[in-house]
Amino acid sequence: MIPRTDPALARGMTTRRDALRLFGAAAAVLAAGACSIPGQGGRGKITQAQIDAFWKGKAGKGSINWANWPGYMQDDRQTIKEFTRDTGVQVTYKEVIQEASDWFGKVQAPLAAGQSIGFDLMVVTNGIQTTKMIELGYLAPLDHGRLKNFQKWAGPKFRSPAYDPGNAFTIPYVSGATGIAYNTKYVKEEITSIAQLFDPKYKGKVGMMSDSQELGNFGMFAVGADPEKSTPKDWENAARKLREQRDRGIVRKYYDQGYIDAVAKGDTWLTMAWSGDVYSLANDDVKFVVPREGGSLWTDLMMIPKTAANPVDALTLMDWLYDPRHNATLTEFINYITPVPATRQYVTADAQKASGDDKADLERLAVSPLVYPSDADMARLRTYRVLSQAEETQYQKIFTPIVQGS
Amino acid sequence: MRRVKGVLAPYLLILPGGLWLAVFFAVPLVFMASVSLMTGNLIDGFTMTWHWQNYADGLDVYGDKVVRSLWYGLLATAACIALAYPAAYWIAFRGGRHKSTWLFMLLLPFFVSFVLRTIAWKLVLTDQGPVLGPLKSWGLLPEGFHILDSGFAVVSGLTYNFLPFMVLPIYVALERVDHRVIEAAYDLYAGRFEAFRRVVLPLSLPGVFAGVIMTFVPVTSDYVNASVLGGPGNTMIGNVIQTEYFTNSEYATASALSFTLMALLLLGIFAYARALGTKDVLEAAGR
Amino acid sequence: MTTTLTAPNSAPRKRRHRHRPIKGRGLKIYTVVLVAWLLLPIGVMMLFGFNDTHSKQNFQWEGFTLHWYAHLFDKKDLTTALVNSLTIALLTTLLATVLGTLAGLALGRHRFRGQGLANVVMFAAISCPELVMGASLLSMFVATETPRGYLTILAAHVMFSVSFVAITVRARAVGLDASIEEAAQDLGAGPWTTFRLVTLPMVMPGVTSGALLAFALSVDDFVITNFTSGATQTFPLWVWASTRTGTPPQVNVMGTLIFAAGVLLAVGNVVLTRRRARAR
Repeated sequence: MIPRTDPALARGMTTRRDALRLFGAAAAVLAAGACSIPGQGGRGKITQAQIDAFWKGKAGKGSINWANWPGYMQDDRQTIKEFTRDTGVQVTYKEVIQEASDWFGKVQAPLAAGQSIGFDLMVVTNGIQTTKMIELGYLAPLDHGRLKNFQKWAGPKFRSPAYDPGNAFTIPYVSGATGIAYNTKYVKEEITSIAQLFDPKYKGKVGMMSDSQELGNFGMFAVGADPEKSTPKDWENAARKLREQRDRGIVRKYYDQGYIDAVAKGDTWLTMAWSGDVYSLANDDVKFVVPREGGSLWTDLMMIPKTAANPVDALTLMDWLYDPRHNATLTEFINYITPVPATRQYVTADAQKASGDDKADLERLAVSPLVYPSDADMARLRTYRVLSQAEETQYQKIFTPIVQGS
Repeated sequence: MRRVKGVLAPYLLILPGGLWLAVFFAVPLVFMASVSLMTGNLIDGFTMTWHWQNYADGLDVYGDKVVRSLWYGLLATAACIALAYPAAYWIAFRGGRHKSTWLFMLLLPFFVSFVLRTIAWKLVLTDQGPVLGPLKSWGLLPEGFHILDSGFAVVSGLTYNFLPFMVLPIYVALERVDHRVIEAAYDLYAGRFEAFRRVVLPLSLPGVFAGVIMTFVPVTSDYVNASVLGGPGNTMIGNVIQTEYFTNSEYATASALSFTLMALLLLGIFAYARALGTKDVLEAAGR
Repeated sequence: MTTTLTAPNSAPRKRRHRHRPIKGRGLKIYTVVLVAWLLLPIGVMMLFGFNDTHSKQNFQWEGFTLHWYAHLFDKKDLTTALVNSLTIALLTTLLATVLGTLAGLALGRHRFRGQGLANVVMFAAISCPELVMGASLLSMFVATETPRGYLTILAAHVMFSVSFVAITVRARAVGLDASIEEAAQDLGAGPWTTFRLVTLPMVMPGVTSGALLAFALSVDDFVITNFTSGATQTFPLWVWASTRTGTPPQVNVMGTLIFAAGVLLAVGNVVLTRRRARAR
């Protein structure tokens, strides 16, 4: 099973004539390949006429494909089964999204070419990629005439956000707060402030997130800027602060999501963290706080790719999920912040019906500030800065090298 | 007729495989080279501007990552040699009837997925894990001590993952050493060490060289180990390239960096093979 | 040692003994330690497939259970990913073995113009960093707006496997005695018959080891697959992605089973060949 390197290959490699020929051929193709990759911006504005045009003549076909993140649906797919029972629509559910940027890189080519990506519904976090997809015209405009439940039950914080005014293309699936998680076995004080992430006392024991918008937001909180209204100057300041934190050896690692493992094991003692991860860790030693300077509020959004084969049933599913009864079942599994506050009464009711471990779990859920955050917490949460393409390039240039150690 | 067929035969035989390699290996490289000279972004598109600055800019920001990758690559390759040689030696000369069993044991990690192996390492090395945990609770190590997320963890992970690639060729070379040659050395009054240094070692070097070729390139361009086992100070160039492609969609910069990496490594291999006299090294490894 | 001293014709035996270059004991211990080191993470992986964990994270020992073996296929997407990995590896093996065997025969059995070039390309394809191959494929797929998925993964896997097969076959073909083929032709065998009944059986060991190598490379590939996969998941990709949310114990179980299957196959293969050799 050894990959054997053949002697003649090596000899062949050294014949200069062949090598030159190879380069000649390469140069020729290079010249031919010197085409370009076309741009496709400026399609984010939409009129009612366009919305009507998109949906005109479209009817449900009885089955949809749904792309989602791992951990966003019960293992037995209970919610989907209920949906199919209610509507007769079959759902093929796949956990294929692990990171917004990865996902965007994967679907970008077919969407740009106007080809199907094989999914009628997908869930992507608000942020650079969602903004891009809106801007590039990859998403179907939503027909709010068919989103009655959303109109009725969506919480105020979840309507018409800055990144998608009027929910023209997206509605929330689930939300989460980014705050600080800390392990009380090792941290012997109460964590209340972002400044504590920069405390040299915790050298080599602090986890930060590698996502540049998450990281940037915390940098900005640390220098007293509001991320939502931040300017390039604020970014520079934040970056300086973050770089100093890294260079003093305070940062153990920049995590994508592995931080939850690390803080539970004690590799890190305090770390930037998402509320739902801490909740589902269910470890009494690990606490979660929204620091007093602020935290991030991110939202995973349901959206329909423009090339979807069956957008009508996808829209039906989106609205169906906004019924508080349906949503409560899902929330009981996902444990993140739900965009439907009215689910709480159902969770409480379910808790009363349940027994044993389940009962305790549901009771904990119904009162958890990680799932139903207090108004005070909500007031401190900020969304990501909405970035234009030019701003994004600048933003990435400022924050990406920090994570890469440059 | 038959003559024509005879002349055409090798071309017909090599055509399908050759075409496949042309379309999915050579042409993509050309595309990458071409993208590396473009400017733009996803929204506005990329246009060919012969922007050589991409290379300068990439190296300006990430040049130290390239250097670090080469350094880690050297360290891990050296560690592989140091760890693999004695074991290969013992199996080849003293393994007796169970030679192949011993060799098989050293190759066992190959039956576990590369990604899984690396994750398992992380579990082993964790701060309060099976290795460091007890040492800390006995007070032999300070509470803050950690291996994970350090350069040491990355290099040891790389060494672990690529060690079998080094063991095999060294073993093959040692196995082939003719015992009579060694005997002759003793007859000529060489001591044990002398016989090793002047007979066994030179005869086994081709195996070592082949091992180096098989480990250095994949180790240097790896990003899985650095991202699982490394901290902020251990980023390798592979991580940067991966992030630039997937997270930032900066295709031009990423292509320029990939191309630089490939050029460096291939030139290195060429020079290395040349310096050692290609024929010798690879011929020995080929058997 | 003592027998050597007391034996009557001790001189030659002494020399025989002396020629064993370096004492074995220390090295033996070393080798055992090295093997232990290599197996340690694998043992940990296996162990945590039996862990009775209740949270999404699986790193703290909470007791023994066979639950994850019973519920091996509960994670539908993980199962799909595993099936993808296996089918891609099988198809890759098939395609790469055919293409690689033909190319290997061309390189091993014939002299022709352009042979050097073919050799350069193959050497480059073998020594090129995986990252660069993946990245360049991605560049091409993006520039040509080719949607990535199952087929692009397959194309890439065949690409990096084909040269390995070609080389193993070539190594075998070079040493062949051409006169056997000639004899077959003299006896009236057509080119196809000669190939099927003479050439192919002679290079078969090269073909099988090339095929095995192709399968192993394909099923475990992470880097190139990551660049060419689109929305299609394979086992290594799924495992990698799961490290973000917590790797479920089923992954450990699958890793354990794949490991066991690989070891059994390898051992079985050895035993069979030995038995066959003895039978002869």
